[in-house]
Amino acid sequence: MKPARFDYERPADLAGAVALLGDGDAFAKVLAGGQSLGPMLNLRLVHPGMLVDITRIPELARVEEDADGLVLGACVTHAAIEDGRVPDVTGGALARVAAGIAYRAVRNRGTIGGSLAHADPAADWLTCLAAIGAEVMIYGPRGRRSVAAAGFMTGVFETVLAPDELVEAVRIPRLSARARFGFYKVCRKTGEFAEAIGAVLHEPERAVLRAVIGATDSTPIVVGDASGLFDGEPSTGRIDRAAAARLLDEKGLGGDGFAKQIHLVALARAAIGVQRP
Amino acid sequence: MTEKGVGARLVRKEDDRYMRGRGEFVADIKLPGLKDVAFLRSPVAHARILDIEVPEARRGAVFTAADMTGVRPIRAVSGLPGFKTSEQPPLASGKVRQVGEMIAVCVADTRAEAEDIATEVFVDFDELPVVSDMLAAREAGAPLVHEAWGDNVYLETTVDADVEAVAATAAIRVTREFRTARQCMAPLEGRGVVAHWDARLEQLVVYSATQMPHIVRSGLSECLGLDHGQVRVVAPDVGGGFGYKGILLPEEVCLGWLAMNCGHPVRWIEDRREHLTASANCREHHYRITAYADARGRLLALDAEATVDAGAYSSYPFSACLEAVQVASILPGPYDFPVYRCKTYSVASNKPPILPYRGVARTGVCFAMELIIDAVAREAGREPHEVRLDNLVAAEAMPFDNVTDKHFDSGDYPECLRRAVAAVDVAAVRQRQRRGEADGRRVGVGFAVFCEQAAHGTSVYAGWGIPMVPGYEQAGARITPDGGLELRVGVHSHGQGLETTLAQVANEVLGIDPDKVKLVHGDTGLTPYSTGTWGSRCMVMAGGAVAAACRELAGRVVKIGARLLQTEAGEVRLEGGRVVAPGGSVGLADVANVWYLHPQDLPDDVDPAGLEVTAGYKPERDSGTFSYAAHAAVVAVDTELGAVEIVDYVVVEDGGVLVNPMIVDGQVYGGTAQGIGTALYEEMPFDAEGQPLASTFADYLLPGAPEIPAIRLYHMETPSPYTEFGQKGIGEGGAIGPPAAIANAVNDALGDLGAELCETPITPRRVLAAIAAARGRGDAE
Repeated sequence: MKPARFDYERPADLAGAVALLGDGDAFAKVLAGGQSLGPMLNLRLVHPGMLVDITRIPELARVEEDADGLVLGACVTHAAIEDGRVPDVTGGALARVAAGIAYRAVRNRGTIGGSLAHADPAADWLTCLAAIGAEVMIYGPRGRRSVAAAGFMTGVFETVLAPDELVEAVRIPRLSARARFGFYKVCRKTGEFAEAIGAVLHEPERAVLRAVIGATDSTPIVVGDASGLFDGEPSTGRIDRAAAARLLDEKGLGGDGFAKQIHLVALARAAIGVQRP
Repeated sequence: MTEKGVGARLVRKEDDRYMRGRGEFVADIKLPGLKDVAFLRSPVAHARILDIEVPEARRGAVFTAADMTGVRPIRAVSGLPGFKTSEQPPLASGKVRQVGEMIAVCVADTRAEAEDIATEVFVDFDELPVVSDMLAAREAGAPLVHEAWGDNVYLETTVDADVEAVAATAAIRVTREFRTARQCMAPLEGRGVVAHWDARLEQLVVYSATQMPHIVRSGLSECLGLDHGQVRVVAPDVGGGFGYKGILLPEEVCLGWLAMNCGHPVRWIEDRREHLTASANCREHHYRITAYADARGRLLALDAEATVDAGAYSSYPFSACLEAVQVASILPGPYDFPVYRCKTYSVASNKPPILPYRGVARTGVCFAMELIIDAVAREAGREPHEVRLDNLVAAEAMPFDNVTDKHFDSGDYPECLRRAVAAVDVAAVRQRQRRGEADGRRVGVGFAVFCEQAAHGTSVYAGWGIPMVPGYEQAGARITPDGGLELRVGVHSHGQGLETTLAQVANEVLGIDPDKVKLVHGDTGLTPYSTGTWGSRCMVMAGGAVAAACRELAGRVVKIGARLLQTEAGEVRLEGGRVVAPGGSVGLADVANVWYLHPQDLPDDVDPAGLEVTAGYKPERDSGTFSYAAHAAVVAVDTELGAVEIVDYVVVEDGGVLVNPMIVDGQVYGGTAQGIGTALYEEMPFDAEGQPLASTFADYLLPGAPEIPAIRLYHMETPSPYTEFGQKGIGEGGAIGPPAAIANAVNDALGDLGAELCETPITPRRVLAAIAAARGRGDAE
């Protein structure tokens, strides 16, 4: 269980990183916290010709707050968010989610950008940031672009990123004063991969009631207007099971009664759990 | 009792180096010229090997069975009539019978390069039908793991009785099927081997993470065709065993052969994927049991059929049948009932061999027996603990010979259970159940009572006729010139704390400070022969042997000391590590100083053997000590998600006289944590093609600290009448009770839904399936 041979580069800036990624001679993988990539290398599930270590690029560590929200560089760790070492614009929602990611040792090194780019369906940030309405900021040789977090992942371990692009940062919107956020993760034991995640954001001032069914077999199911699912008020936990089940069926999750059950329960409990920040 | 002797809560001596990260494990050993080894392992469960192609450039770095001429296969036979023998070549020869079986060994400067080489070797397989389920394996027409046998059964045993006569009169009759999942033992440190040929001594030196260095030496000698004197096996610090390191590994044979033939030392360190997908497993049992009882639940008879999936090969030395044979003899548990019938099958399948894991067969046995008792209690309409109290062997009946002639040495089983009932407060749980939980979960309480035969010796093992029969245990003891003590034992400590507890025994006899006692163990070159560390035997056997050796030393010390004090041996006593006479005293250092440096001062009739002895020990009866325990679990079951939370866990146990109660606490806590793993998390599933479906700890779930509740532990101390200090073997017990106690608690919680779980682990999926099945049957009250 040792990795096959690979080359290693640690560029000093974004341009250098994407140049390496676009080199074309070798299949290159971006290394951030390495908490998923490391084991995959050891298990020889991936055989990159080159690792591009982005942890020494200053822009990727940036943390910028403005009136609209917060920009977190891709290499900000889960632990930094958990510990409140970055500003909070979500009434504690991000810190709460961060604290539930895997184990502290993973959170110490694992990064928000790395988690998104890895696009494991069980990842917490994909579901959480889709519910919160965050944007993923992307850097590439053709310039910068942004996509909604809800549309960033395209499949299992697949995203909208081109091979020579990388996640530069995440823009987190500042939630309104009366915003409430619920997040419920089902996993077999502490720190284990999620089997189901429910996330609900309710912002009455902005008439936002968004629900996300995460940790599916593929991309999270984002319901932009979930008022129908919850009959308006989510915190009762009463959901339209038939409607939610249809969403799962469309994802091909309807066949397994167990998976369907725990996803519905996770969503209902996320709704019950919506807390005033 | 002395202050640091038997019964003292002494801090473990060995922990200083462990806690500072200064232990030396196999992977820490560096030898000049050492090369790393990786194995090419079979990706398929059952196939003929048509061809192995090694690239021209890799010749000399890759070896197959064809190269290892003269190496004999591993054969672990049993003398029981009808046992069919498997031959396990260290590298597959002609055929593979499990995923992970080794086909070629690759040698390189680093492990990564050795793994690179392994990917370049091509094997042409002719795949064969696979048998991956033990019940299917028993059926006629199943694919044959070992063609010459004609079936897939290593051994079939029968304990017969006239059950039918009882059945006709029994008011209660319950039948259940139980299954316990296949598990991996997952010690912190996996297996590891470093081997080199010592040209000066003409000796193969093998460093191995093993529980039984002497047995491994015998196995290596047999397979490699070497005299025992040409093999030295050293177990350095070892990070947990649990039975996983009680085996002669084919890897050890391969590395021994490489060291003898390649001219440089070699190393193999098992990685977690090998551990999970290729190496030996444990625990997989199936039971079909009918219990007959009177209307109050008093057991009248038990009729059982048990199957153990022993995998593709019989492992050395315990063999493929030990587990099922144990099932037959211990299934009746701590209960007193007259009629017992049991048929067992040790079955071969296209899966890795199984080994005895902490608790050996008892964890499965306890699960089956304790769940059937609860089923009987439900039929009788009584509290399960009350039915148990009516069936347990009574204190006044001790010592007691049970229905399978197990000789329970001492104890008060009903009192143990009563204390657990009181500690967990059954009445309060019942009240809580009536009240209901605010979060909608369902609460339940469950019990498990068991007794555990340990340190069982010659009379038990001789009948099984496996490659290893324990006899007398020996210890060497030597007083050093400065008055310290060296102990040499053939058992091995890999977490048990023997460096401390055996020093406490020495302190009890000689009064020497445990800090001045050095334990030498884990090295066939330095210690007396022993079958090693297994079966919770060390404290009874090695403890007894160390006491015997120290006692003999004491006699010699006293004689020399009396001379120094210018009196007669009869006038002095040994106290606090000093020879004391009415007029003064001398220490061990004074005595040692005379023996080693001033022999002119020795008495004329001194024992010329000096201050060094080897003494042997066997308990008065070698049928084993029986520690016992009652486990009680209170669980909360989330019926929407199927999740089980342990909200209270009580252990009341009796290990006889506890040599170091703090170490026993640790053993019980650790064992219980493993038992919780068996109950709720751990499972190594295989598909119909024999593919292991868990290859990392993300798939094979072990409980972590957050999953283990604050276990409330209470001790009873009923001495064994047969051992040196009254101590009993206690190391395994914690792992036996939890699956049964937790399953009974879950079934109690779900009782009014009509749901009942009879399989480990109790996963959310199984809980929801059981609830759904009950709803389908319309069982809910």
